[in-house]
Amino acid sequence: MAAAAGGAPLIETVGLARRYALGDATVHALVDATLRIDAGELVAIVGPSGSGKSTLMNLLGCLDRPTAGVYRLDGREVGGLDGDARAEIRNRRIGFVFQSFNLLARTTALENVELPLYYGPLPLAEQRPRAEAALARVGIAHRAHHVPSRMSGGEQQRVAIARALVGDPALVLADEPTGNLDSRTSGEIMTMLVELNRATGVTMVIVTHDPEVAAATDRVLEFRDGRIVADTPAAPRHGARTRATRAEA
Amino acid sequence: MSAGPGGAKLLVMTARTAARALRRNRLRSGLTMLGMIIGVASVIAMVSVGAGADRFVQQQLASFGTNIVMVIPGAVTSGGARSGWGGASTLTVADADALARVPELAAVTYSRRQVLQVIYGSANWSTVVQGVTDEFERVRDWQVASGGFFGERHEKSGAKVAVLGQTVARHLFGPGQDPVGAIVRIKNVPFKVIGVLAAKGQSSWGQDQDDVVMIPFSTAERRVMGAGILGTVEMIYASARTTADLPVAADAIATVLRQQHHIGHGQEDDFTVRTLEDMTGASAAASEVMGNLLLAIASISLLVGGIGIMNILLVSVTERTREIGLRMAVGAKARHILLQFLTEAAVLSMTGGLVGVATGLAATHLIGRLAQWPTALEPASLAASFLFSGVVGIFFGYYPAYKASRLDPIEALRWE
Ligand SMILES: Nc1ncnc2c1ncn2[C@@H]1O[C@H](COP(=O)(O)OP(=O)(O)O)[C@@H](O)[C@H]1O
Ligand SMILES: [Mg+2]
Repeated sequence: MAAAAGGAPLIETVGLARRYALGDATVHALVDATLRIDAGELVAIVGPSGSGKSTLMNLLGCLDRPTAGVYRLDGREVGGLDGDARAEIRNRRIGFVFQSFNLLARTTALENVELPLYYGPLPLAEQRPRAEAALARVGIAHRAHHVPSRMSGGEQQRVAIARALVGDPALVLADEPTGNLDSRTSGEIMTMLVELNRATGVTMVIVTHDPEVAAATDRVLEFRDGRIVADTPAAPRHGARTRATRAEA
Repeated sequence: MSAGPGGAKLLVMTARTAARALRRNRLRSGLTMLGMIIGVASVIAMVSVGAGADRFVQQQLASFGTNIVMVIPGAVTSGGARSGWGGASTLTVADADALARVPELAAVTYSRRQVLQVIYGSANWSTVVQGVTDEFERVRDWQVASGGFFGERHEKSGAKVAVLGQTVARHLFGPGQDPVGAIVRIKNVPFKVIGVLAAKGQSSWGQDQDDVVMIPFSTAERRVMGAGILGTVEMIYASARTTADLPVAADAIATVLRQQHHIGHGQEDDFTVRTLEDMTGASAAASEVMGNLLLAIASISLLVGGIGIMNILLVSVTERTREIGLRMAVGAKARHILLQFLTEAAVLSMTGGLVGVATGLAATHLIGRLAQWPTALEPASLAASFLFSGVVGIFFGYYPAYKASRLDPIEALRWE
């Protein structure tokens, strides 16, 4: 876990940009994104389709490299790192939750959750207990030996959240995690994500179209045409409460 | 891999993943392995046939008497046919005596042979009667099973004694009957059986070497094989002191005989010096052809098998693009993905290799049984062809694995 005293920046970007060359044209998917997210924050990103939300998430997740600008994670410049170094950061510091779950269909829930541990430093013998604990934390331990194809969407997304958490990351990035779920299940998943943030202090960035979801977070970033057009902190909740909850835990 | 125990752990996980991926597509994996199986099986059959032929030749050399050199009358033409055969022999007892003085030679003997009836009581058997000197036993390294061989005094005195081969003894005498001491008749001449030779089995040209009766050369010449000029021999056998001496010994024999026969420079020899290796060469050549054929099959099969593995891995990489993207997202480095697909290639090809080894063993057994081809299994070749199957798999698996490892995680995750 990030040894984050409140207010310590986990993420800092300065003038971050991502352009795609499309034939002769250039697509400015992300333009001049300057932003700071502190350890323990729960941030929602909203905006119309094609406004650059996923582009930012990919950059924050070290899946992609910025065309311009600076990205510091834990105070370390990571935007220019090579593939292996970025893979290592993804493995140790970041967990992903995808809209389409991205579970291995014919592999049990438990083994799906173990997957990030294959590529990490944890000894083989400690992998299984860790994965079991992660499944228990999302309330789905009883489904550990089932394969995702026999599970409901909500269950699958819980398995995916367990996979994101199993490596004890500092940052969880969820790009439209409820986009494939019905509204009741969406509510459950969102409640779970918020609770996880409150209980463990893991920093969380969630892309969503749902205003209700956004309302449940500390801070809302609004995107339009590749730019951050609004950054609305939910002031009374941020900071003190997060730290207080963590102290209880 | 991250330093230390991470490597071993990853290898375990990777092997497990590979085995699972291949089990999921049993039929596809099986068909892909077919080339590997045929290739490895051919390699093993090839080596077994080759080794069998080698061992057969060695056995022949050993059974005929080690370090032996034979001299036969007449020259061998370039086509391999012999001239001067059928006429009076050009080799004489005097030639053999001259050869006995060659220092490279340990022993020299000579023989004449004729197919004759051998009679014992009411039983008779047509066999090769061979007149040889007492040195024969030493030259051909052929022991007696019972009784003894004749000695110099029998040769000198032209004694009417005989040593029977196993086949002859079996046909003339009943079971439990000891031939030693019995009197047999050859061309109405009574011979006292003084020994029975140990069994030798078949020669490399399929002759029963035990179907023979040995009598002293002098007795044969005077009493049994009347026709022909006195003092001529049909064949001279000499043994070199060591196997290494064989070529030198063969040269020395030729030199002495050319002197004996007054053959000048540039004139053709009227005799042929042969070592047993020359004679077994023909059967070795036949199995070499068989071996080369199998080598061709093996090479083509391994090539086809390798391409099959490459093809199936390319399909697999495409099918599993999303999985690759996900693995990358959760921390797999390019080399982890590379290793994973290389492992799949190796598991695929080595499983094929293992089945190929089993098939090769069965094929070798069948070749030995049905074609009566001599075969010998070489454990080293089993291990080597198994490992080679892995090498082929990794070689052909490299390109698909490399392709997978170069995928962009974002695009791979978006793959439909
Ligand atoms: N690989 C790519 N090549 C070209 N254009 C891209 C690529 N990825 C995204 N874009 C473009 O970048 C813009 C932002 O996309 P994205 O970040 O996915 O939007 P959002 O997630 O907000 O819907 C869009 O116009 C999209 O078409
Ligand atoms: Mg998007």
